[in-house]
Amino acid sequence: MKKYVVSFPHIGNYYIPIYNLLTKLIDKNTTTILIPEKISKNTIDIGARISPEFICIPFKYNMGNYIDALDRGANVLIQAGGGCRYGYYAEIQEQILKDMGYDFKYITLQDPGGIDVASVYKKFKDINPKLKFANFVNYFLFAMKMINILDKFETYIREHIVFEKNKGELESLHNDFLEELKHVNSYRKLYEIRNRYFRILKKVNYREDDKKYIKIGIVGELYTSMEPFSSLFLEKELANMGCFSKRYTTVTYLLFEKGKAQNKLLRRAKEYVSFPLGADGLESVSHTLELIENGYDGIIHIKPFGCTPEINAMPILQKISRDKNIPIIYFTFDSQTSETGIKTRLEAFYDMLVMRKENYEGSDIYE
Amino acid sequence: MNKYYIGIDIGSISTKAVIMDEDKNIIVSEYLWTEGSPIEATKKIISSLKKKLDEKNITPKIYGIGTTGSARNLVGNVVGANIIKNEITAHAIGTLSRYKDVRTILEIGGQDSKIIIINNGIVVDYAMNTLCAAGTGAFLSSQAKRLGVRIEDMGDIALSSKNPSKIAARCTVFAESDLVHKAQIGHKKEDLISGLCASVVKNYLNNLSRGKRIEDRVVFQGGVSKNKGVVKAFEKELNTRVYVDENSHLMGALGIAILSKKANKEDKELNFDFDIKDIEFKTLGVECNGCSNNCEIVYVYKNGKVIDKIGGRCERSNMLESKTS
Repeated sequence: MKKYVVSFPHIGNYYIPIYNLLTKLIDKNTTTILIPEKISKNTIDIGARISPEFICIPFKYNMGNYIDALDRGANVLIQAGGGCRYGYYAEIQEQILKDMGYDFKYITLQDPGGIDVASVYKKFKDINPKLKFANFVNYFLFAMKMINILDKFETYIREHIVFEKNKGELESLHNDFLEELKHVNSYRKLYEIRNRYFRILKKVNYREDDKKYIKIGIVGELYTSMEPFSSLFLEKELANMGCFSKRYTTVTYLLFEKGKAQNKLLRRAKEYVSFPLGADGLESVSHTLELIENGYDGIIHIKPFGCTPEINAMPILQKISRDKNIPIIYFTFDSQTSETGIKTRLEAFYDMLVMRKENYEGSDIYE
Repeated sequence: MNKYYIGIDIGSISTKAVIMDEDKNIIVSEYLWTEGSPIEATKKIISSLKKKLDEKNITPKIYGIGTTGSARNLVGNVVGANIIKNEITAHAIGTLSRYKDVRTILEIGGQDSKIIIINNGIVVDYAMNTLCAAGTGAFLSSQAKRLGVRIEDMGDIALSSKNPSKIAARCTVFAESDLVHKAQIGHKKEDLISGLCASVVKNYLNNLSRGKRIEDRVVFQGGVSKNKGVVKAFEKELNTRVYVDENSHLMGALGIAILSKKANKEDKELNFDFDIKDIEFKTLGVECNGCSNNCEIVYVYKNGKVIDKIGGRCERSNMLESKTS
């Protein structure tokens, strides 16, 4: 029996770099790592049962993951944090789980006041006394590189999947890539995989007809953007309809580009906002404007129920939609898992964009 | 030889169907309750259409069948539709065939409500209620029951009110408790009903038309459009005339019939059997236990043979078929 079993909540495919990082941070003689079950209806059922009713949905998914991990023996949990309610997830989750009688250590990457590398290091040193600071930093940098490559790969897939000739080719490449990424241990291997897979990606057969694809931009809150289950596989649905979609939000963006981009975002949106709206609210506004400038046909705005920063952004988006004459559709996700409603609205949105496009180009679609 | 097109709109509460000719005229139509069983309702509605055609001595050649509404996929497979489309598109197309200059379509049905904004004959924006069913037909019908009036009479009763009660509009729960309190302190029934109609309208406008510009001409449809009290409340709130077509409940069915005509590009006659009531359709829901998503997959059987499967996120669900048949 190991002394520590470390676990963490899911978001998209980022469990791979996180798992990879943790295997290096721990002492393998005393500690193992447990990846929770992939997010499913079961996760949200469990999570919703023990979460405050009005909390936003990522909290409930996290709780579902934690309970699953704890029930299978985890005793060290990890949580990040952010600039909205996400910032106090950690304290509340710890309290609820402890009230339920679970006994565990809780590692938060972000304490009130921001990320402090030294204090995070101390927390990991608690479970692995042999961990050296220099190594700790290096492992983190390696994980960041891995996240960066993962994001590049997945962005490429998202932006090409509608053009693929043989359905399923990219998806199976994606799965192979993730499988290989799990076992990477050195920069050399990491770059080798990156180069090899990007070569294969470029060789895949893509359609080159002059069919005009509908282009949709997705903006909004980070969790529903990055965890496909939580948006009921919105992006996959769009691709199935034959629609090109783009989103900005990735972990790479949030960690490395967001900070630098603030001034640029504000400048682009200066007609509409003069200060950040909290969390990713400013991104939603500014990226929407950028997408419109780049000729996108429509915008989808997504958020969990009750997400305040995105609610701040919505009236501004409505004004942009009127001013620029570009349709924006708003989706709010909560613990409902039926896809029918989303499908109906997406299909109608897509039909509408097709009609607009055809009409602006002069063909009469009603006869 | 005339060509005919069938449009079926299978909603959660009611099922509507039309048969139209090439010039988009409605030849026969029917309206009945879905009663939770869309396949039965479809069988019934098709044999009723057939009866009406027989009375007119028409033996139709069918060139298009379309389905829309929340059961569109299931019924589309049962009748062999050549087009299956969402109700928003269908409603817009149907209404445009009657009112070329429509700019705003207000729609309130049994379980959902939507607003469609049209510019130069093109849908440019729409919204549909999301998390909440407040301000829909279901709410009105439950309150009619509470007040002991028939839902069909609500409109006329509302119009007779001289001093409508103020009923909270944010949420049906608030509206209902408001209604009960006001009833208990002696408000007249017609005032309460008139207030109720106004609260449905306010709720609709608060929820759906946020940030949208409602411009003339405004057309109101869906089951609730038959309630004159709501129509009047809309006119008062929007300060403009609100048009209600005599066939306002059929616009979705008409729209999908028009789309089925468009979809039949080769202009070939479809093989459609009006004696659908004699065919046995069965559905079987199976849970795919391939992964932890446990997708529910519905198989549709026609005379014992699988004709379609609905649901399932991945390829794995295709393999289930052998197990079930």
